[in-house]
Amino acid sequence: MLDLLSGFIIELRNAGLPVSLTENLDAMHAISHIPLEDREAFKYALGATLVKNNAHWRSFETVFEVYFSLRGPEYSITDGDGEGSIDDLLQQMQDAQMKGEGNGGAGGMDSLTPEELMNILMNALMNGDQALMRALARQAVQRFAGMEPGRPVGGTYYLYRTLRNLDLDGMLDKLMEASKKEVGGDLTKLEERLEKDEYNDRIEKFKQEVEAEIRRRLVADRGAEAMAKTLRKPLPEDVEFMHASRDEMQNLKKSLQPLTRKLAARLARKRRHGRKGPLDFRNTVRHSLAYGGVPAEPKFKYPRPAKPELIVIADISGSVAAFARFTLMLVYAISNQFSKVRAFVFIDGIDEVTEYFKKTEDISEAIHRINTEADVIWVDGHSDYGHAFEVFWDKYGKEINPKSTVLLLGDARNNYHASQAWVIKEIRQKARHVYWLNPEPRSYWNTGDSIVGEYGTHTDGVYECRNLRQLEAFVEKLA
Amino acid sequence: MDNRFESVQSVRDGLKDVNYLADDGIAGVVFLADRLGKPILVEGPAGTGKTQLAKSVAELIGAKLIRLQCYEGLDESKALYEWNYKKQLLRIQADRNSDAWSDIHDDIFGSEFLLTRPLLEAITSKEPVVLLIDEVDRVEVETEALLLEILSEYQVSIPELGTITATQIPLVFLTSNNTRELSEALKRRCLFLHVDYPQMEREKEIVLTKVPGVTEMLADQIARIVRSIRQIDLKKAPSVSETIDWARTLVLLGLDSVNAEQAKETLHVLLKYQSDIAKAAKELSDD
Ligand SMILES: Nc1ncnc2c1ncn2[C@@H]1O[C@H](COP(=O)(O)OP(=O)(O)OP(=O)(O)O)[C@@H](O)[C@H]1O
Ligand SMILES: [Mg+2]
Repeated sequence: MLDLLSGFIIELRNAGLPVSLTENLDAMHAISHIPLEDREAFKYALGATLVKNNAHWRSFETVFEVYFSLRGPEYSITDGDGEGSIDDLLQQMQDAQMKGEGNGGAGGMDSLTPEELMNILMNALMNGDQALMRALARQAVQRFAGMEPGRPVGGTYYLYRTLRNLDLDGMLDKLMEASKKEVGGDLTKLEERLEKDEYNDRIEKFKQEVEAEIRRRLVADRGAEAMAKTLRKPLPEDVEFMHASRDEMQNLKKSLQPLTRKLAARLARKRRHGRKGPLDFRNTVRHSLAYGGVPAEPKFKYPRPAKPELIVIADISGSVAAFARFTLMLVYAISNQFSKVRAFVFIDGIDEVTEYFKKTEDISEAIHRINTEADVIWVDGHSDYGHAFEVFWDKYGKEINPKSTVLLLGDARNNYHASQAWVIKEIRQKARHVYWLNPEPRSYWNTGDSIVGEYGTHTDGVYECRNLRQLEAFVEKLA
Repeated sequence: MDNRFESVQSVRDGLKDVNYLADDGIAGVVFLADRLGKPILVEGPAGTGKTQLAKSVAELIGAKLIRLQCYEGLDESKALYEWNYKKQLLRIQADRNSDAWSDIHDDIFGSEFLLTRPLLEAITSKEPVVLLIDEVDRVEVETEALLLEILSEYQVSIPELGTITATQIPLVFLTSNNTRELSEALKRRCLFLHVDYPQMEREKEIVLTKVPGVTEMLADQIARIVRSIRQIDLKKAPSVSETIDWARTLVLLGLDSVNAEQAKETLHVLLKYQSDIAKAAKELSDD
């Protein structure tokens, strides 16, 4: 058991979770109070002692699944160091299937036709029958995933194969149809939405069962350590903007809000505390009159910290769009740190979108409008920094002043168009600061059609912002 | 020391008896906190029952709840102890002529002149105690240091008096709305519990226990609609306390089920921002 736990903790550290020695010891104490067969309690005991940041919980869960999914019947945790064999696993699954079927006869689900299987699945989803859903997930993986021991294929491939055969989107429609039939007529929009939410929830749970089953089999085949390694995912704050999967994007979005809230609180505090200027002699004397001439209450000059005026100019084409989106969200979430924020977006044409943010208190709505309404295409919709900058200079250049801080966002991949880098040079002469934020890894800069170096020489600095961690660090410095 | 709880399940059942609906995570961590003698750091969105958890646990074990509400600027003299200067001065005045200074000094720094504040009170109490350090993220990082000794050793060092050690290890809850990163030192000392919005079933149970007169049907609808609304991208998602307020409103209106129109008209109880209300209304209703 202790071996297992230390392997588990090593993997957590590999996944980036900061587990200290104390916490390691705490975890060992904690599980000694939990009955081993209570897998949920076991998980929460480890979680409470090892994971002190909610954003890390998913990574923790994945590692937990890998390390503690295979131990003994019904996933209880048994002692011993060998990996369970695939035969044991299959046996287990057969048992579970029998149970799941309840009144099912001999032969289990193996003998069902695909149509029968789909019907049972539909019923299970309709009634929210957890046990049956689990059994069906196992059956589905066994039938459709085509898993073979030793094949070096990732879990997503098997998941894809299994789900493709199940057509769960079609299933949702069928379930909704059935609901309508049940009430004998149309549902109101509200009813429909609530039904859909419920079914989606169940289908999601079913998918998770399928995933868990695939993982269990892979772990049985390859061992926990190897499996954990292939499944290892970066923490949300380390996910690269340019390569985030849909799922990772969702997580990124979720972690953005607490992050900006903390950032805003930190900045507000900084402002409050770092405010005392030098002694204001005259004011102190004036107040001393109230104390009979004793300067009892020293007064300080409050150097009104001039808040910068921020101008963001962002490339929102393809691979850098997500980066632009997150930066704009972050900047607007702390916009009270600036006297004014203006936002421009471009691909080969450029458009001002400041109004979108003014019209609503909802940042994501503004972002949505950028995606759908902003006029950023001039010729072909491939990034043309040079043209965008030129137009910017013509239209808005005169509005840049010594209070402006200009942020340029993008990978500077200019499709071999003319750079018009002189614009940046001009901007810098008029502005307080000009910075360039690049979501690409530094090693890619100035390769291929990237000309970030050429632009960079005219700025006060080019910063690598591949992930939320780097972006946050930059924005904090800026405000 | 005796354990307060038999099992995780007994925590869950016990909390239910005092009208707190816990899930596996919450019950499990409370159970562990008792067994390991460690404080719990409870974190999560506003209004999800973090403060209530400490109160309910106190009620469950028949302990006195001692609460330290944190705020920016909280210091030692409000959190731990303070010397009663007035009383000390009087004592010095009274004895001006008789005693030697060293006697007076020993005397006025005796426990008779000590004003106990929540933290000291919690560890010197004779009765069983649950200590709630509420919204710890509001104090400055430097002030957190005040808490460390008490959280790991259950003791307080007073320079003039020596170290006061707890007669019993209290259950300690710290809550945080996560407005800033707490120090590693603090987090290391605590068990961590993230309390999120409850699953639909649990929220329904909460409504049923907390709102008198609500029908099963209405509670079910409420929980479903709230789940649905939380999936929309909002400035501020409805909290459990807002769900409860909404349920109360609907009950006051004499409803035993709710349709889209009625939901729309009462959304302002559930949501605080105009833009959120507009968004949700659009999602829910026919027109
Ligand atoms: N699991 C639960 N069982 C019963 N009641 C609950 C539960 N969760 C929340 N509540 C109720 O919701 C309301 C809000 O809870 P509470 O004040 O504890 O929230 P909180 O998390 O401390 O919020 P804040 O972060 O704003 O301080 C209370 O009325 C509480 O009784
Ligand atoms: Mg609270």
